[in-house]
Amino acid sequence: MTDTRSRTRILIVDDDPALSEMLQIVLRQEGFDTVLCSTGTQAVAAMRESRPDLVLLDLMLPGRDGVTVCRDMRAESVVPIVMLTARSDTSDVVAGLEAGADDYVAKPFKPKELIARIRTRLRQMTADPGKDVLGIGDLIISVSAHTVKRGDVAVQLTPLEFDLLLALAKRPTHVFSREALLDEVWGYRNAADTRLVNVHVQRLRAKVELDPEHPEIVVTVRGVGYRAGEPAAEG
Amino acid sequence: MSQLQRGDRRPPGLARLWWGSLPLRVLFTTIAASFLVLVLAGLLLMQQARNSIVETKRNASITEASGIHTFMANQLRLPESRSIAVYEQLNSLAEQAQEQSGQYKVIIEGPAGAILSGGITWESVPESLQSRVNGSDDMFATPTEVLFADPTLPPEPGWAVGTNLVDSSGERFPVYYIFPMTNEVATLKSLQRAVISTGLALLGALTAIAYLVTVQVVRPVRKASQTAQRLAAGNLEERMRVRGTDDIASLAVSMNDMAEDLAERIRELESLSLVQRRFVGDVSHELRTPMTTIRMGADVLYEARDEFEPQSRRTVELMSTQIDRFDSLLADLLEISRFDAGAAVLSLDEVDLVSLVESEVEAQHSFAQKQGIELRIHHDGPATAQMDSRRIRRILRNLLTNAIEHGEGRPIEVTVASDAHAVAVAVRDRGVGFQASESGLVFGRFWRADPSRNRVVGGTGLGLAIALEDARLHKGWLTAWGRPGRGAQFRLTIPRDPGHPLISSPLPVIPTDVESRRRT
Repeated sequence: MTDTRSRTRILIVDDDPALSEMLQIVLRQEGFDTVLCSTGTQAVAAMRESRPDLVLLDLMLPGRDGVTVCRDMRAESVVPIVMLTARSDTSDVVAGLEAGADDYVAKPFKPKELIARIRTRLRQMTADPGKDVLGIGDLIISVSAHTVKRGDVAVQLTPLEFDLLLALAKRPTHVFSREALLDEVWGYRNAADTRLVNVHVQRLRAKVELDPEHPEIVVTVRGVGYRAGEPAAEG
Repeated sequence: MSQLQRGDRRPPGLARLWWGSLPLRVLFTTIAASFLVLVLAGLLLMQQARNSIVETKRNASITEASGIHTFMANQLRLPESRSIAVYEQLNSLAEQAQEQSGQYKVIIEGPAGAILSGGITWESVPESLQSRVNGSDDMFATPTEVLFADPTLPPEPGWAVGTNLVDSSGERFPVYYIFPMTNEVATLKSLQRAVISTGLALLGALTAIAYLVTVQVVRPVRKASQTAQRLAAGNLEERMRVRGTDDIASLAVSMNDMAEDLAERIRELESLSLVQRRFVGDVSHELRTPMTTIRMGADVLYEARDEFEPQSRRTVELMSTQIDRFDSLLADLLEISRFDAGAAVLSLDEVDLVSLVESEVEAQHSFAQKQGIELRIHHDGPATAQMDSRRIRRILRNLLTNAIEHGEGRPIEVTVASDAHAVAVAVRDRGVGFQASESGLVFGRFWRADPSRNRVVGGTGLGLAIALEDARLHKGWLTAWGRPGRGAQFRLTIPRDPGHPLISSPLPVIPTDVESRRRT
């Protein structure tokens, strides 16, 4: 993301030419740069080549299916991925989220809805002014550097996971409901799919917890939601 | 038949035991019937044995009495005995006769009283025999009871044979030979013992046989019943072992055939449902992708409508609203077909119903305001339950828009309540309402209370049908109450834990204000 280009670039992976073109028209109207890819097999190569700021990925693709493509992309990049899905059934969406997608938009969607989702994923979350370094559990978050460290070891997080951790760390004593986190991190006001929170908390825990079975950084509060773990004592 | 009546009259516990066990019934019936038959057979046997023994004894007694009588008569007529007193003679005769054998006793009615031998009493001679002997010179035999002079000896059955002794002077002396049946009685007693013990052994043997037969019949029947139960429990691979070609074997074969058919049918239905589910998925994808493109295109045009001619502008506006309508209809249709295919899955979380209600009421605020309707929420603290919040929100949205649409501008009350087992929310409007008989119909697909009424929001007509399916998926209830002109109330009840079926709701079906009005 150290590109010198001025416009944000979005990679559209979709096999339907009409929809791809329509997406291109709408996104260009909003001032984004777009790159098209119409098959699953070429998607990862297209990502390497174009180095997009965000990927719009259709879950149903010829060649390789969207979930596999998503997993492959996530394996080599932290680029935000928004899935386009025709189904909102649990299994499909959850499979995509578990493969590493950050968010999803169910077809048919309104252009505004899609733009809102994309903008949320592209924005950078900021800490309260004056507080650049935050502690959560035994982790240290540096907001401006966008890094998370355990001691001297950096923990690789996607922007979404970073936002999720930061949201919890900013208000360490507060218990967040899943709805509150959806609002804070995903930008959802009303429509709430709490599966987004559940899946991403699991993914985040797998990266930051020493023992994901007994989480100490993202703590579950039964019947309510989640809160930040106590910062480790200094020294 | 008598068994059945007896069974009916028994206390319930015993009756249950009686009708609960086939082997018990068979065993009991066998024991009772065998006992009856054996007792009758034993009695008959004893009767015949006794008759024949007694008859034999009678004949033997008469023969023996005839012999001794001839001897005694000859003795009495001997020339040398003429000088001896009759009494003496009789006495010695009695003794002689007695000495001949221990089998009988002799009683002679002498001139100076009865001469008795063998310690028996005069009463051992029945009176009927005495009178017959007195009137004739023939020999008579009568059964009698032998009484002994010694009172410690019990009386014994026997034969009394009576006739007359005639001495040389022609005087007649009745004489009686008493044959006690001591040996015969002993024989009969031992025979009786043998009959009883044989009968008991037979009874035991018959019971054992009945038990074996019952077990042989009942065991396969029990096996069949267990197999049927396992089949009913869904274990379709269960089969019975077929042995031989008898009735039990044909039962096993029929059971196995039935299980095979059942499994086959279920496999068919499962594959049909799978096909249906795939079809829904495919249609969903195939329709949604072009729909998305159309949708986006219409939106782009709609955003730019101000640049168009008035006619084109109106066209774009119409197209856009109708695409919206088509869109929501498509979404609802797909949702319904997903329910029909059994493909709808719950994603449960511990959620507070009050917060969902508050957020949905907030979302409907502007629509309600447009209709001039006030939305009021009543609750007494959090009401958490295991819910799929997306579906519960959808139910609430459907109930709220429905109430606002039919609310006639009057306030709408939304009440949330909970108890130990369930949470409930009721949406009460005071609008047009509906007939009491229509409370089930309102959940029908594309049903309209009044076909002439215009739709304000252009609902798809599937909203309440979907809401009902969503409620069912939660193992919850969705009920409707309505009266024309007095409004309607829809109540949703969800168990706190879907594992525990609902038995009651924290809220009444009929609005409380309606009841109180009726009472006062």
